[in-house]
Amino acid sequence: MVAHHTLSPRRYMILGLVAVCAPLGDTCLSRGMTRLPPITLAHPGTLIAAVFTPWIALGIALLIGFFASYLTALSWADLTFVLPATAFGNVIVALLSRFWLQEAISMQRWAGIVLITLG
Amino acid sequence: MTIPVHPGPWTAAAMIAAIVLSSTAGEVLTAAAMKSIGDLDVIRARAGMKGAIRAVVTCPLFFAGVSFLALAFFALLFALNHLNLSLVAPASASLTLVTNAVAARIFLKENVDRRRWTAAVLVCVGVYFLAH
Repeated sequence: MVAHHTLSPRRYMILGLVAVCAPLGDTCLSRGMTRLPPITLAHPGTLIAAVFTPWIALGIALLIGFFASYLTALSWADLTFVLPATAFGNVIVALLSRFWLQEAISMQRWAGIVLITLG
Repeated sequence: MTIPVHPGPWTAAAMIAAIVLSSTAGEVLTAAAMKSIGDLDVIRARAGMKGAIRAVVTCPLFFAGVSFLALAFFALLFALNHLNLSLVAPASASLTLVTNAVAARIFLKENVDRRRWTAAVLVCVGVYFLAH
């Protein structure tokens, strides 16, 4: 178990990556998918083609980055230490969707995000 | 099936349910697969890295798990094509935690402590607010 005050700068950076990569990756996925025309279940092949578009490819790369940093963090810290970093990702996703994707987020939705992060 | 430009609540719920259920199926099957394969360190000591990799890739449960995880990813892309990220990301991530806890209890016979169930209830309430 790693005590908070013994974290090296490099390990803080890894935890930072854990918190940030998944939200950034999801935001890139969302940006890529909203730029495509509506996909219907009658043409599932369009979903596979979507994987090769730039924003989706960047999103996938970021999600792989998240997974790599997550496993790295778990190799030297307990899950209960790493999970808050991932939980905070909910807040980062909300901020990114509000300020980068220009989505409207009601007060109720913010309340929901806070409750989920606490949970 | 044509999906309207702004899907109604039941369509949105169905899209999120698809992500959540396939994620949980994938994770439970992968966990079951790794348990059935046994200690990878022991296999690696006996048969080397190749033996360990072969043990994993020849396990049908593992392929089933990975297939469901892939399905979950495409379900996520599909949902993001129609719904806002601020709804899909927290709802699917948090509900997956809840269904994982339930599935682990039922299928993997894991013990889930009371704190985790309380957190699950908090998450469900949060998702209700998220959707409004």
